[in-house]
Amino acid sequence: MKSCKEEPFIKTITVETISEAVANLCQESNYYLGPDMLEAFQEAFACELSPTGKEIIQQLLSNAQIAAAEKVPICQDTGFTVVFIELGQDVHITGGLLEDAVNEGVRRGYTTGYLRKSIVGHPLERVNTGDNTPAVLHVKLVRGEQMKIIVAPKGGGSENMSAVKMLKPAEGVAGVKKFILDVVSIAGPNPCPPIVVGVGIGGTMEKAALLAKEALLRPVGTPSPKSEIASLEREILQEVNGLGIGPQGLGGLYTALAVQVEIYPAHIASLPVAVNISCHANRHREVIL
Amino acid sequence: MRIGREVLLNGVLYTARDAAHRKMMELLDAGKPLPVDLTGQIIYYVGPSPAKPGQVIGSAGPTTSGRMDAYTPRLLARGLKGMIGKGKRSAEVIEAMQQYKAVYFAAVGGAAALLSKCIKEAVVVAYPELGPEAIHRLVVEDFPVIVINDTFGGDLYDEGAKTYAGK
Repeated sequence: MKSCKEEPFIKTITVETISEAVANLCQESNYYLGPDMLEAFQEAFACELSPTGKEIIQQLLSNAQIAAAEKVPICQDTGFTVVFIELGQDVHITGGLLEDAVNEGVRRGYTTGYLRKSIVGHPLERVNTGDNTPAVLHVKLVRGEQMKIIVAPKGGGSENMSAVKMLKPAEGVAGVKKFILDVVSIAGPNPCPPIVVGVGIGGTMEKAALLAKEALLRPVGTPSPKSEIASLEREILQEVNGLGIGPQGLGGLYTALAVQVEIYPAHIASLPVAVNISCHANRHREVIL
Repeated sequence: MRIGREVLLNGVLYTARDAAHRKMMELLDAGKPLPVDLTGQIIYYVGPSPAKPGQVIGSAGPTTSGRMDAYTPRLLARGLKGMIGKGKRSAEVIEAMQQYKAVYFAAVGGAAALLSKCIKEAVVVAYPELGPEAIHRLVVEDFPVIVINDTFGGDLYDEGAKTYAGK
């Protein structure tokens, strides 16, 4: 007998499909720099005044070519595997746990792809886990029946120069700018400039930090759709590049290739600002299942 | 050798980063010899990615040197003559470099696939259990570096940024 009730559509994705997708993204993100970054390098190469700076950008372009052609990592630091998943709420995952599936993908991707294993299992005892697990996983439930997976390996050198500060609302835009400039200035040559500066403003402390990381996922050179934020991005980029740090910190115009800002509503008492610095290997790849 | 000088290195380099430095300090604390004689040698701060079949070494660019600052003066006192990395050194390290006549070079951070082409031999000589953090003996050919800190107290990072600030 047929049921007269309409069955809701539920799409099924197996954990094996997820692991395979994550494994591929781990490798692709580490071998191939995105077209947005290559374009930003080209522009910096054309406009950089420092001869040393120009030479460095030329080397970064050659490096990206070699990495892609030979399928070897752009940088030996193949990162902490940060994974963002936008999970449609009509998707049903079968065969196991999502988190396990992601970690299995990382394990496979890093082992078969000759990527460096850079994770220690305990922050104080510091013994390498041997397979780059666990990942840092951020899952967002969204409408629909698709699963979007973004893999964004994050190197330690630039992550170490990132910072969060809880400003007083009275400090306003001037305070936000000063904090970002201070962070970039203190970072100097350490995070492998030319950098990409991801900024999160608003929310709580952890929300601001997450926004700053998400800001790095936006294609470089694409301004915020919010006009007031787009002009803030332009102003901060100009000031950051006025620091003169330049490619690799050896002096020059291109300390940063872009400043990308994401915002969120804030508490009446708070003005959180997070700055997540990415090195020039600003890597991420995505797939939709 | 003065700051800003570009140099192509040929010969032997030893790799060591955080964990290997920590282990070497434990040996020095216990009055034991180091696993490699660093007298007159250069340390390259690097944790390479694994070599693919047919490769000498995986991608091998410099890591941030500042994390080794706490250990460096003791190695300089024992005859270490050079270091390759990226990023600033502490005042203590810069002072020790003047005292013991050593040089700090930078290689291009993140140009790891390109730099690996200059590495002709790579053998693990100590701490294999540390994986990428093991001490490797490398033989390099025309390995490109630039002098950041010399034996006169100069700092290329300070000079470079000053030249282009406000432009």
